[in-house]
Amino acid sequence: MSNENKEWPLWEVFIRSKAGLDHKHAGSLHAADAQMAIENARDVYTRRMEGISIWVVESNHIHASNPEEAAAFFDPAQDKIYRHPTFYNLPDELKHM
Amino acid sequence: MTQVSFEASFQKKIDEEIMIEPQDYMPDEYRKTLIRQISQHAHSEIVGMLPEANWITRAPSLRRKAVLLAKVQDEGGHGLYLYSAAETLGITRDQMLHQLHTGAAKYSSIFNYPTITWADMGAIGWLVDGAAIMNQVPLCRTSYGPYARAMVRVCKEESFHQRQGYEIMLSLAKGTPVQKQMAQDALNRWWAPALMMFGPLDAVSPNTAKSMEWRIKRFTNDELRQRFIDVTVEQIRILGLELPDANIKWNEERGHYDSSELNWDEFWNVVKGNGPCNKERLATRVKAWEDGAWVREAASAYAEKRKTKKAA
Repeated sequence: MSNENKEWPLWEVFIRSKAGLDHKHAGSLHAADAQMAIENARDVYTRRMEGISIWVVESNHIHASNPEEAAAFFDPAQDKIYRHPTFYNLPDELKHM
Repeated sequence: MTQVSFEASFQKKIDEEIMIEPQDYMPDEYRKTLIRQISQHAHSEIVGMLPEANWITRAPSLRRKAVLLAKVQDEGGHGLYLYSAAETLGITRDQMLHQLHTGAAKYSSIFNYPTITWADMGAIGWLVDGAAIMNQVPLCRTSYGPYARAMVRVCKEESFHQRQGYEIMLSLAKGTPVQKQMAQDALNRWWAPALMMFGPLDAVSPNTAKSMEWRIKRFTNDELRQRFIDVTVEQIRILGLELPDANIKWNEERGHYDSSELNWDEFWNVVKGNGPCNKERLATRVKAWEDGAWVREAASAYAEKRKTKKAA
């Protein structure tokens, strides 16, 4: 019962729930390699037909934006409400647009 | 920012119901509390497979066997979701398993009680999973994102666990007098331990106040225990069984059922490791881990072989 230091790598699991939808992050798991990660993901995350396709990627290959810089990082979109259709004043009689 | 302003902005986020994610700042105590709670929760799912696994080969029909197998498999899955959630806080899977196997980590005491008849499968699904659901539904809104997301998944799956247990109880309660007696006996034995699953009384619960402030918990132990009693009394009536506690009485003024004080000496005794099955459960779990060593080694060797083949 040693405290093994041979832990399998961690994988992030993405699942497409049905044709036409994006793969969505479902969770993570450990596995010895990609093929086994996919098989484990099937058993852990799709026991009730939650998916028709699985992607796995080793967690250490994921790069993420820094949460501490989120405010500055996403600032450029803050003041551009004209990117939304509701910004434009159009006459009421215009029914189809 | 200073340490003080970090903590203030953390609490402000909590108060505004903004979820905390793995890379966000969090006080050390928050991290520690979560690691303890989530890993204990994961261990409970894993050890929780044992009392029921005991009955898989002896289930009375193929249907019951398939259902019980699926339920136990779900518990394994729930353990895995929770271990992953805990790992986002900086503890490794191996560390957690080591803590479990050496007895350093706790798991829910309910699993230290024996499952001596088939009716126990009914009582566990109905009462133990029922109490777990009562605890877990508010945890779907707990302040730590990965834990909350794991709980959403768990709660979706738990509902069948409780229903299949109640169905077993129903069949027995409507069966022969002997079967009905078996159901009654299981209810009587599991009632108090199920109520203890909500943890010690609020007055002596060391972690409740801070956990409420951090919105890890949304309701106190006593609130959830009372809610469980209130809904379960009705379910007992529908089964046509006797109430397991002579002091259960509707209290008009409180709008709740009153019930007997629980035996907290027993509770602490089981927590300390002296319950009827503590040693057996831990030994079974350690044996499963050791017996599985060759599988883990084989998987690693196979992965290595596949990699070399690909490279060639």
